[in-house]
Amino acid sequence: MAEDGYNFAYLDEQTKRMIRRAILKAVAIPGYQVPFGSREMPLPYGWGTGGIQVTASIIGRDDTLKVIDQGADDTVNAVSIRKFFARTAGVGTTERTEDATILQTRHRIPETPLGPGQILVYQVPIPEPLRWLEPREAETRKMHALEEYGVMHVRLYEDIARFGHIATSYDYPVRVNGRYLMRPSPIPKFDNPKMDRSPALQLFGAGREKRIYAIPPHTGVRSLDFDDHPFEVQKWEDVCALCGSGESFLDEIVTDDRGGRMFVCSDTDYCGRRREAGHTGPATRDPEGSGA
Amino acid sequence: MYVAVKGGEKAIEASHRLLDSARRGDPGVPELSTRQIAEQLGLAVDRVMAEGSLHDRELAALAIKQAQGDLIEAVFLLRAYRTTLPRLGNSEPVDTGRMAIRRRISATFKDLPGGQILGPTYDYTHRLLDFRLADEGGSRDRNPAPEAERGPAAEEPVPRVVDILGREGLIEEESAPETGGAPPADITREPLRFPADRDARLQALARGDEGFLLALGYSTQRGFSNNHPFAGEIRYGAVAVEIVPEELGFAIEIGEIEVTEVQMVNQFTGNARTPPQFTRGYGLVFGHQERKAMSMALVDRALRCAELDEAPASPAQDEEFVLYHSDNVEASGFVQHLKLPHYVDFQSELELLRKLRAEFEDPPAEAAE
Amino acid sequence: MAATLNGPALRPGFAAPVPDSQQVFRRVLAAMSEPGAVQDIAIALTPPAPLDPATAAVCLTLLDFETPVWLDAAADNDDTRAWLRFHCGCPLAGEADGARFAVLARPEAAPPLAGFRLGSEAYPDESATLVVQAASLEAGDAVDLRGPGIEDRRAFRAAGLAEDFWKQRRDLERLFPLGVDLLFASGASLAAVPRSTQIGL
Repeated sequence: MAEDGYNFAYLDEQTKRMIRRAILKAVAIPGYQVPFGSREMPLPYGWGTGGIQVTASIIGRDDTLKVIDQGADDTVNAVSIRKFFARTAGVGTTERTEDATILQTRHRIPETPLGPGQILVYQVPIPEPLRWLEPREAETRKMHALEEYGVMHVRLYEDIARFGHIATSYDYPVRVNGRYLMRPSPIPKFDNPKMDRSPALQLFGAGREKRIYAIPPHTGVRSLDFDDHPFEVQKWEDVCALCGSGESFLDEIVTDDRGGRMFVCSDTDYCGRRREAGHTGPATRDPEGSGA
Repeated sequence: MYVAVKGGEKAIEASHRLLDSARRGDPGVPELSTRQIAEQLGLAVDRVMAEGSLHDRELAALAIKQAQGDLIEAVFLLRAYRTTLPRLGNSEPVDTGRMAIRRRISATFKDLPGGQILGPTYDYTHRLLDFRLADEGGSRDRNPAPEAERGPAAEEPVPRVVDILGREGLIEEESAPETGGAPPADITREPLRFPADRDARLQALARGDEGFLLALGYSTQRGFSNNHPFAGEIRYGAVAVEIVPEELGFAIEIGEIEVTEVQMVNQFTGNARTPPQFTRGYGLVFGHQERKAMSMALVDRALRCAELDEAPASPAQDEEFVLYHSDNVEASGFVQHLKLPHYVDFQSELELLRKLRAEFEDPPAEAAE
Repeated sequence: MAATLNGPALRPGFAAPVPDSQQVFRRVLAAMSEPGAVQDIAIALTPPAPLDPATAAVCLTLLDFETPVWLDAAADNDDTRAWLRFHCGCPLAGEADGARFAVLARPEAAPPLAGFRLGSEAYPDESATLVVQAASLEAGDAVDLRGPGIEDRRAFRAAGLAEDFWKQRRDLERLFPLGVDLLFASGASLAAVPRSTQIGL
């Protein structure tokens, strides 16, 4: 049951209508940041208020919600947000990616591919991809209007000149449907290819910055690159210590203060399900070892 | 073997219990009532109401109690409650010319109609700790406030200093918006746009962080966009709030609120079209908050640079900088979100840095040429 | 809701506004996300003539005091106006270019699409959403849709449109990101053609 004294999913109906209208415009103009009258939420700004407002405006009783932070269902902030919706909307929750109709995420896209009909809601801290290059909103809005994205290419190229590589490893800028430059939120660039032509609907909510944007299903999302420096994702020499996956994004765990470390999947659902299916990794094969 | 951190929910519940106990402190000491806070920490209540954009002393006192006196946390609590309230209508503009004045001073005229009324102020206290207050009941045997100093006996309107200057045409004219015109901006419903109109700017400043505005206002006095301010008038007291119900068609009073209003008289301008005249900076906040209202008036004037053909050169004149960073609930949330896990992004950076480092120490063949 | 306003009983809106508007919104969102795919609103409604249930459901879900709506001559009658004002509280726009939403109950006589708000370069979202009430979403000449939300291409039919409707719509494509977003309603069926969709005739 929903918490007494508050509307279903916390937001009042007028606020939901305002956000719903903004979401529809966002879907109609892929990658464009729609300003919206972001409300003050009972959670701090920067902790997912944009994603929460988007989720609260779309969620219904029949939905099944999954919430992840850093790919994991059990990080404290994910637990807190999931509980917020269980309390205020009384909806079912799940940790299984394919069982969720709505997935709210901070910083990751699940390893299990999303399917048609699913909606991925991203929590976005800074929506403007040009913000570090131009702090003024009045200016960046003009740059988007005129499709003036040369500065971003220059910045990436300066990285190449200096380091030999593009030195952006997360929140890596993309072009959506060949038009708007978009910030994918601080997901690792490892996840960028998952956005491209995904059959799921992707919605982005930035509460403090008061912007909503979207990628409709089957929409081209191209990570910026150069002919001689094509976009590439991170690779690890290690595999997951628990499930042995060599394909997932790995978190590094420091096991002692003598340089010992191990790597485990950041996506806890993916990793747990692989282990259930019988996969093992260096640490699970050798109960005594640290996996190093 | 490594076990993923589980039990987030239990950890959160335990943390809430610890917080409750920290808030209560020593149970041997009597618990504070919200009434005590509202009565005896009134200036804290004023600040929380102003920055929380909600005039309700009891709720503000409750928020202060719940937040253990952390005023920014209390502002946040009040804002999160405010956002769930229905909007029933807009009030008529309050008329500060008809304020029931408790304090009123002008730094520009020695005497003026209505007089200088010192009222309750810390201004001329010597900042010596008063150890009598340390004893419970220590304030009991104080002298009661003299009747005659509580405010003007008559309900006579006290003219505003700027209106006196205005009669001579020496200060730029500002007219009240017409009744029934477009309602003023509300940045809690519509996001800010740039360039922002003055109503949106004033709203942002009125609910902006006092410390931030104080520092910005101060910076204008030290040469980062000096605009030669004079404190034309500072007045504090109660004003009537009126609404016009649709079914009645005329204004009725629904209550009174206390506000502090500051009118700064600033550097004059003029050109071929307009005669030389003083310009204005305006501050208005809930309750008795002169420091905040004066800072607001200084920053308001600085932000009017474009309108007054002044080249913006200083932080206080940069409206995006000022308005995007003045909200302490937004700022506090985003600064503190750095506490949230960033394992994934950090891992991405670590991986990249290790790669760059390896190449630095053992350059690839092509780079060595 | 059996309210009366000096006259015949006002027709009801949603039986359960909170879940009903959520459910309809998800259909509208699905429609906008997959241009040309027909959705069923799955809510029983008895709106005033000439509004179809799907048209009415969209209005109840998206309109309020912040959204001036423009009604074409066919939709502009006392019952519809009273119903919209009561259930949505939306102001009625006198001119097409002053509206954020428009209801075209007789789209064969619709004013030019370019006469609605198209947004600006800086704020392309400040544009109109048109609810086009079609005679059918099964009959009519098929147009070929491509673009975001469509895997490859999708055929779409809407009967009862003005002859040059799709040509007008195609002419707006070069203005992208400016444009209007179209919601098609017929009976209880709903589909969308947002501005990002390219029309092949």
